[in-house]
Amino acid sequence: MTAAARPRRDKVRAFVTPEGVDLELRIASASLRFGALLIDLMLLLAALVVFTLLTVWAGFASRSDLLISIWLLGAFVLRTFWFVGFELGQRAATPGKRAMGIRVVARDGGRLTADAVIARNLMRELEIFLPLMMIGFGAAEDMVSGWTALAGVLWSATLSLFLLFNRDRMRMGDLIAGTWVVMAQRAKLDRDMAAGAEAGDALRFTDAELSVYGIFELQELERVLRGRDARVMREVADTIRHKIGRPIAEEDDVFLLSYYRQLKTRLERKLLFGKRREDKYASD
Amino acid sequence: MPPAIPAPEALARLDTPNFSTSRFRAEREADWIAFETLLGRLERKGAKALTSDELLQLPSLYRATLSSLSIARATSLDRALLDYLESLSMRGYFLIYGVRETRWSRVRRFFRTDWPAAVRALWKETLIVALVILLGALTSWTLVAHNPEWYFNFVPEEMAGGRDPRATAEFLQATIGHGKAADEQQSGLHIFATYLFTHNSRVSILSFALGFAFGVPTMMLEYYQGIGLGAMLALFAGKGLGVDFGGWLFIHGTTELFAAALSGAAGLRIGTAILFPGARGRLQAASEAGRTAGKVMVGVILMLLAAGLLEGFGRQLVTDTLLRYGIGTAMLLFWLAYYYLPRRKDAA
Repeated sequence: MTAAARPRRDKVRAFVTPEGVDLELRIASASLRFGALLIDLMLLLAALVVFTLLTVWAGFASRSDLLISIWLLGAFVLRTFWFVGFELGQRAATPGKRAMGIRVVARDGGRLTADAVIARNLMRELEIFLPLMMIGFGAAEDMVSGWTALAGVLWSATLSLFLLFNRDRMRMGDLIAGTWVVMAQRAKLDRDMAAGAEAGDALRFTDAELSVYGIFELQELERVLRGRDARVMREVADTIRHKIGRPIAEEDDVFLLSYYRQLKTRLERKLLFGKRREDKYASD
Repeated sequence: MPPAIPAPEALARLDTPNFSTSRFRAEREADWIAFETLLGRLERKGAKALTSDELLQLPSLYRATLSSLSIARATSLDRALLDYLESLSMRGYFLIYGVRETRWSRVRRFFRTDWPAAVRALWKETLIVALVILLGALTSWTLVAHNPEWYFNFVPEEMAGGRDPRATAEFLQATIGHGKAADEQQSGLHIFATYLFTHNSRVSILSFALGFAFGVPTMMLEYYQGIGLGAMLALFAGKGLGVDFGGWLFIHGTTELFAAALSGAAGLRIGTAILFPGARGRLQAASEAGRTAGKVMVGVILMLLAAGLLEGFGRQLVTDTLLRYGIGTAMLLFWLAYYYLPRRKDAA
């Protein structure tokens, strides 16, 4: 697992549960949203192809034109309710959103209602297909002049790209449904690397050696240790050795783990006494 | 037991406080994992997957996790642990405070109260859109009635399918299911019905979605629908087929046009909410309007399904003009009663 990079503070929204804990929802970035949409469209297309093949096969087998109706209906339902159906589920996310680790949430903190999900997804019809239609019109019809077509495309593009123009990354659909899309990554409970620290390490660092770093550096170090990339560890270990003036005497991972444990113990102890040292630039 | 003199290494340990985040984690970990397993099963299989004992455990495990998160935020610097607890708490929150009713009761509530109530809330917009459609119909009616050449401006060639002022009265009569040629298109009715349904649904979704642009494109779309209608009416009336065409249109038209007006009204509601939010914030107004409109739109799609069936089957199978009028009127009365008759709940 790669620990998430530090969330940008301007993307965090307070979300206080009735128990009084702030869940600190993070707004999903536009690129994640776009990625999710692409995955969904591809899956939708795949489902449509499979469905078409099935109906064609069934149509040849049964020689009935009822299958044409079934195909029309099925394609309509698939296209209109793919997003609605998945977002009404427990995880409030389409397969694409799940893959990207994001989900839909009601902006007011209440539960996500069916009408909100429907409103936000019917809007999609406009956001995705209107620009395509405009381009199609411009290409197909001579009576529409190039400039008119361009104006149409631009206008519909501002609708579609609406989410780039607001801080909360809301689509038009989100705006009228009162929803937004937030990060909902599943994190695995990774091992506790500080476990056993009380037993004492072979390697002891002095207080002066530990006082050069703050919380940010500690958590970066954690990320490196969990990543287990030998090259990165070597680089980080060398930087730290250089900074605290220690010779290269032991294995990188042993050195880094001991340093991590002792730095964490030290910073957490300070935290208990109400002193939070954000990074190495803050005063100790 | 008398305290022994501590060994040097124990002395070093003395200055670490008794509380350690590792110990905290070791003590609480079991609860988190239990909560996570329950959540996983709940998400995959729903509440039925859990025994009543487990369901009772759920809220207390949830609260334990939230309290762990608070403690961890205040004491721990283990990023992975914090990430884990945050994601677990969030998942738990949305499940615990999420859906409180079954799918079935949600569906029932939609049909019994939500749908008609949402439509009722839009009565002003519905009226306006209905007037816009009527205005469009009147415009093209008067123009075409005066000069049939106008017809070609309103109805595109490929849509008309030969139904234009040059056609003979016999041909026109055949297109509305009377006379000899009518019997030929009996097969494939369902295809026609489905096609009409999906096409109309997409148009109405569009007219809803376009409401965003302050309702202007919605009104234009509805006006345009009225124009096509009026031109056709004028054409048939000009050939002395007005009553027959009316029946041909009426059988499904009451439902379909009603649905079209409602979808326009839903779009208009959103547009006006953004323009004139009133005392509420603009975002708040938009989201409230959107939710009402969303409910109406589900209703619109259902209405169009009914209209498609009436159009595809009913109209082709019922060729008696009077009966067509009868069915159309009955449908209209049904919708009006369903939406606007006062309910007992309203009084309370």
